[in-house]
Amino acid sequence: MSDNDYIEKLWEIGPSMAEHTPHGKELGIKFVAVDKGRATMSLPYNIELIGDPKTRVLHGGAVTTLLDQACGLAAIAGFDEPRMCATLNLSIDYMRAAKPGKTIIAQAHCYKATKHVAFLRAVAHDGDETDPVATAQATFMATSMLKKGPKNG
Amino acid sequence: MVEQQRIIKALSQIPYSKMLGVEPIFIGEEFTLKMPYSHSNIGNPTLPALHGGAISGLMEIAAITQLFITTNGKSLSKPIGINVDYLRKGLPKDTYARAVVFKQGTRVANVRVRSWQEDYNKPIAVMHGHYLTDKAD
Repeated sequence: MSDNDYIEKLWEIGPSMAEHTPHGKELGIKFVAVDKGRATMSLPYNIELIGDPKTRVLHGGAVTTLLDQACGLAAIAGFDEPRMCATLNLSIDYMRAAKPGKTIIAQAHCYKATKHVAFLRAVAHDGDETDPVATAQATFMATSMLKKGPKNG
Repeated sequence: MVEQQRIIKALSQIPYSKMLGVEPIFIGEEFTLKMPYSHSNIGNPTLPALHGGAISGLMEIAAITQLFITTNGKSLSKPIGINVDYLRKGLPKDTYARAVVFKQGTRVANVRVRSWQEDYNKPIAVMHGHYLTDKAD
């Protein structure tokens, strides 16, 4: 697959992953950009995602979902050919509360992909990359494709 | 221990809990959080499978609610870090989560959560996390 075809395919997958999956749609996750091994998604502030009514800060679970989604797309984009992936492990550090009213942006990077496993790092911030809301480390596994047998799947 | 009504009320006031549609279940003093199947929690419509983020969200609410119970409902604990292992695909079925506080320090609590569907012995995901919390009096 040529680089152009690859990127084109990623830009087809990206929006459908973010906005057309029922749970992504429910939360309001938006596709921003995708490149080889990299993906960016955003989550506009939504009062329905508040985790603590006193502070009006978004629930950690919403940030987790955004990071999972961005990592998922970066993982797909991390293999030699785009491959569907399943989350194996997701580890998140919450540095600070996201500011109420602000859109959260998640940038994920697949820094290594073996034959079946993708290793990722991601950061979530609300405008300033150097002041993250949360960071994530994740591993994803490529799920075997139907047309290939288990030996080379 | 916090009265069940207070826990039900606290959960009903968290918008994110309402979005996931979670419901508390009490068996004696044991607390379980149920996430009834809802199409809006699906992450992959072709499989279909629940979104990993919805499963994680369920477990995070279970952890915070369990801490709310063990700290006598002082305040909602804030997450410091969580680590989730996804063990099985989340089927389009009701999902449950139960949290155990392994250690409660002065400021930080260590919590472990299991999530399952039809069979408790076949967890679909497990999580452990650290939370900033106020120690119970």
